[in-house]
Amino acid sequence: MKFGIVVFPGSNCDHDCHHVATELLGCEADYIWHHDRDLKGSDVVILPGGFAYGDYLRAGALARFSPVMESVAAFAKSGGPVLGICNGFQVLLEAGLLPGAMQINRGLRYVCRDIHMKVENDATPFTSLYPKGSVVTMPVGHMEGNYTAPPHVLDALEREGRVVFRYCDLQGNVTDAANPNGAARNIAGIANREGNVVGLMPHPDRCAEPLVGNDAGRKMFESAVAALAAR
Amino acid sequence: MKVEVRVYPREGVLDPQGKAIAAALGRLGHASVQDVRAGKVFFIEVAGRDAKAAEADARKMAEELLANTVIEGYDVKVVS
Repeated sequence: MKFGIVVFPGSNCDHDCHHVATELLGCEADYIWHHDRDLKGSDVVILPGGFAYGDYLRAGALARFSPVMESVAAFAKSGGPVLGICNGFQVLLEAGLLPGAMQINRGLRYVCRDIHMKVENDATPFTSLYPKGSVVTMPVGHMEGNYTAPPHVLDALEREGRVVFRYCDLQGNVTDAANPNGAARNIAGIANREGNVVGLMPHPDRCAEPLVGNDAGRKMFESAVAALAAR
Repeated sequence: MKVEVRVYPREGVLDPQGKAIAAALGRLGHASVQDVRAGKVFFIEVAGRDAKAAEADARKMAEELLANTVIEGYDVKVVS
């Protein structure tokens, strides 16, 4: 069981993901430089948070042209589990592996705090260990997390159960006040049609052990391990 | 040749930046401001003398990279 963690120039959560995979879960993990095309036999690929290419032009816009993204797209197409966290989610959107786009937060400020979100899809390889409907608390840290897509795309996401996480309050009510960035329909994370590609703005990698005061994110990584073991 | 590509939020797409600028202009006393949409301009130098080809190239650049067509529109002008 091996995690492949893509490193773009400007990624800064690559080590967090590596730490969770190796130190906390006891799995193998390797960094994959964005110029490499070889995914080094990874069973799961993670696009970590950060500021790939300094977020120049638009977050994720330049990273999608990195050679590694061709391999990631092929891996995703073959059913391989791919997780994009924060900036990694933005890269997946720009690369067209997930639908929609990110805009600047409606408050026009960088948002860095804990949020609550509801698990709406427990059938992905990254969410199977979270009970559907449960409320999970994770930190966010982003300037562009205001998810948007044309109405027919949003409707399709809803209809096909591809909204994976939705911002909510601690009781699970999906309210505007609980929406940290103005994301359409409080969307915090989505999946592709097949369910193997998941992107989310919150950071499971930053809350995976009691040492940091919250281990809610650990299950995302453990879900991937469980999904692969079940194959 | 010089080509200008303007990229801007599509009509109907929420533009938080434009809204904030409109509010700031209002606070500065520009009471006539009704709406602002904020975009970007790219000034691109291209080789060659064929204006049609330059425009076609710039359109391709906009589609591929300069604009995210999910939320942004663009237009292209050959300046000289």
